[in-house]
Amino acid sequence: MTTMETPVYAQLGMTEEEYRSVISILGREPRPAELAMYSVMWSEHCSYKSSRAHLRRFPTEAPWVVVGPGENAGVVDIGDGWLAAIRIESHNHPSFVEPYQGAATGVGGILRDVFTMGARPVALWNQIRFGPLDQPRNRYLFNGVVGGIAGYGNAVGVPTLGGEIEFDDCYSGNPLVNVMCLGILRKEQLVLGTAGEPGNVAVLLGAATGRDGIGGASVLASASFDEEAATKRPSVQVGDPFEEKKLIEACLELYERDLVAGIQDLGAAGLSCATSEPAGRAGLGMDVDLDRVHLRETGMTAPEILMSESQERMLAFVRPDNVDEVLEVAERWEIDASVIGTVRADDRLVVSHDGELVADVPAASLADDAPLYHRPVERPGWLDDLWSRPFQPGEVPVIDTLLDLLRQPGVGSAAWAYEQYDHMLFLGTVVGPGHDGSLLRVAGTGKGLAVSTDGNGRLCLLDPRRGSARLVWEAALNVAVTGARPLATVDNLNLGNPEKPEVMWQLVEVVEGISGACEALGIPVVGGNVSLYNETDGADINPTPVVGVLGLADPMPALPPRLDRAEPGMEIWLIGPEPTDNFAGSHLERLHGPAGGRPTAADPEVGLAVIDEAVRLAHVAPVLHDVSDGGLAVTIAEICIASGVGATIELEGTAELFGEDPHRFVAVVTPGWDPPALGRRIGVMGGDSLRIGDESVSVAALAEAWRGAIPEAMRS
Amino acid sequence: MRVAVAVFPGSNCEHDVVRALGTLGAEPELVWHRETDLEGFDGVVLPGGFAHGDALRTGAIAALSPIMEPVRRMAESGKPVLGICNGFQILCEAGMLPGALIANRDLAFICRFVEVEVVDTGTVLTAAAEPGQMLRIPLNSYEGNWVDPARTGRVVVRYADDPNGSQDRAAAVANEAGNVVGIMPHPERASDPLLGSDDGLVLLEGFVRSLRASVPA
Repeated sequence: MTTMETPVYAQLGMTEEEYRSVISILGREPRPAELAMYSVMWSEHCSYKSSRAHLRRFPTEAPWVVVGPGENAGVVDIGDGWLAAIRIESHNHPSFVEPYQGAATGVGGILRDVFTMGARPVALWNQIRFGPLDQPRNRYLFNGVVGGIAGYGNAVGVPTLGGEIEFDDCYSGNPLVNVMCLGILRKEQLVLGTAGEPGNVAVLLGAATGRDGIGGASVLASASFDEEAATKRPSVQVGDPFEEKKLIEACLELYERDLVAGIQDLGAAGLSCATSEPAGRAGLGMDVDLDRVHLRETGMTAPEILMSESQERMLAFVRPDNVDEVLEVAERWEIDASVIGTVRADDRLVVSHDGELVADVPAASLADDAPLYHRPVERPGWLDDLWSRPFQPGEVPVIDTLLDLLRQPGVGSAAWAYEQYDHMLFLGTVVGPGHDGSLLRVAGTGKGLAVSTDGNGRLCLLDPRRGSARLVWEAALNVAVTGARPLATVDNLNLGNPEKPEVMWQLVEVVEGISGACEALGIPVVGGNVSLYNETDGADINPTPVVGVLGLADPMPALPPRLDRAEPGMEIWLIGPEPTDNFAGSHLERLHGPAGGRPTAADPEVGLAVIDEAVRLAHVAPVLHDVSDGGLAVTIAEICIASGVGATIELEGTAELFGEDPHRFVAVVTPGWDPPALGRRIGVMGGDSLRIGDESVSVAALAEAWRGAIPEAMRS
Repeated sequence: MRVAVAVFPGSNCEHDVVRALGTLGAEPELVWHRETDLEGFDGVVLPGGFAHGDALRTGAIAALSPIMEPVRRMAESGKPVLGICNGFQILCEAGMLPGALIANRDLAFICRFVEVEVVDTGTVLTAAAEPGQMLRIPLNSYEGNWVDPARTGRVVVRYADDPNGSQDRAAAVANEAGNVVGIMPHPERASDPLLGSDDGLVLLEGFVRSLRASVPA
């Protein structure tokens, strides 16, 4: 090559070696549209080329798994003919470039992943992370992301049940926006992302295709950031929740009337993915006519149409005799529909535009022949140094420390965010935001579905394996305190640049940690997502896996525990092991400075016993609350604030009050109960102050600190 | 007692309303917004949601939907007409209730339980409530701030505090005759103690009682 210009494949984010693979698959130089398709399908975001080899470690099987990883969402059997579909995704990079639309389209995308399976989406959660709110840009990002989640989720008509929020310096240049969706469906309504059989007709449903989001997967989500990030704004898609709402209702009607053989949403990589993957899964090919695609603007080229990530689109595969009926359903719900292709008996994906052939490739090669990298893995040298400097707080003033913790935006009330989300729609929210886990009733079954997500970048920085294992145990316990037994896990691995061996080591450790904990709990990983290149100007984020655990309460407790049900005279019990003096990764440590030390490891034997106890107690105790962020003192304070009742606690010592060791929860019970084996009585509810040892504070003062945490920071 | 629950593209509370009214002995049926005939129904509910995506203004396009003609005829004949949240906005846009709903004072969506007081029991929504009765019901709106410059509205339920800046702290407003009512909080969401409150049933019971009264003998 004699020109100084960057070759087209490189502009599309491909390496020379990857380009050569395309040539060897095709036996010739690719046409422009073909190159476009390979570039997005082989991006890190779509192909998991750096992580795929390691993700095989996850345990994925259990008798109740109906659909495991690899489809649009994981699906598990919850009995009585019902299935639950669950999926988690990240929209980190788009949200940094354009927070409102980035978060909004993240919500839209995760919904499509779930209703693609035949499920009605019934609840959303989000896990969002930002730099400290004393910086204006972080406030802008936080405000925009929450606004986007609210704006899209509320209007699309799916309740958002909260999630989690973390603030840390490492997210200043790279916020994390993860979204999770749960759907439920009747067994017979399950649909897969398959083209079905030759002759089936591909019907494109929903929004018109435009130039938005072109290269979102390759240019945005699979590359690092620098000061030029704002110039990538045109790669962010724009969401329309109204269009998605109509699309959900139309698709659910198609499933109910058994009119589709398979269906695939158009997310990352747009039509390239939605045509090649279902064809590839069926071992077939497809003829696609781009002139039939309904467009939003004129003059779009074939590569643009194939790469566009315009939102709110689905591709349904329909038997020829059902096409008219499908078009009628679309018309009734006031969405556009175009017949754009036909499934071929061979394996070729043949695309035409303006009457000319623009692509002719083996359909499966776009997904199956994606590069697979075994990138170098190396334990970071700085870890031993961190481990050698544990935080040792000694004795601390109890009430002042408690108030300081409650004022932290990552510890105090998240109501500022979740009260902007409709979290009550569908009359299913039995335990909503502000609790350890969410609990939804499944109408007509007497059962409940519980969900909790947990992440903790600081803990995972100090020990990605122990940290991520603890996330699984914590989410499992959070589900158990609503009365549910853990059933399945999904995970979203947010990490830095995989081309650095230290980041790859973190990935491997995180996968090991999650796998080990899931094996001990006997639950499978049914889906997940990996978000790499979370670095800006060379600085990687803390390794931040987010783990979601789905649990089944069968039966659901008649009156599931809630934080606001404590009354004067009730006893307070602490269930779980004695805490150690280890504060690595805790909020107390965060309050005082940098992270250090090696976090306490989870203990599977104890963890299982504590979960058993929590599920049993959920049927008798008015309040169960897990000990986590901020330790026991914060746990008790939150119960006092929610119930409007004081308490007297007969415990002392920094480790007891502020340690965050795993497997512990508090039960508030009426006196005279049958005490659990792992429990000890630590106090009693009553009065209008919280008294710990010799110190006390009014519940009103606790509430003021806790409620004001985020609003005050947003005003700063 | 057949009651139509209107469904616009973008409505989302229709199934919740059907469920809550069903438990109270009414016979709710979903009716698509293109319907032009509500003959045989004893009343109608316009449920919450984002009809037509709130395009232009909340309720503005829905007020022009075909179904609004028979809804208007129903109102004129004295039958019970209830708008909840977005339904309230639609009734204001259609001119069937006074005033308009604008963005909340703090320019943020509000989803939480609020305390309200029943101040007028002479309407189809409040027929079963006691005067001064306090209820705990969820609010769920961005445009929940009712303004009525002409001061012709009949406030029937009032917020105990002032969550959104609504004039006269109005949470529910009726027409002169009391058969058309719009309420911003969602009574159907407070229909089961398991969901945190069943205070909304007092209002829905009043509505069902009014439906019964409007069944032709």
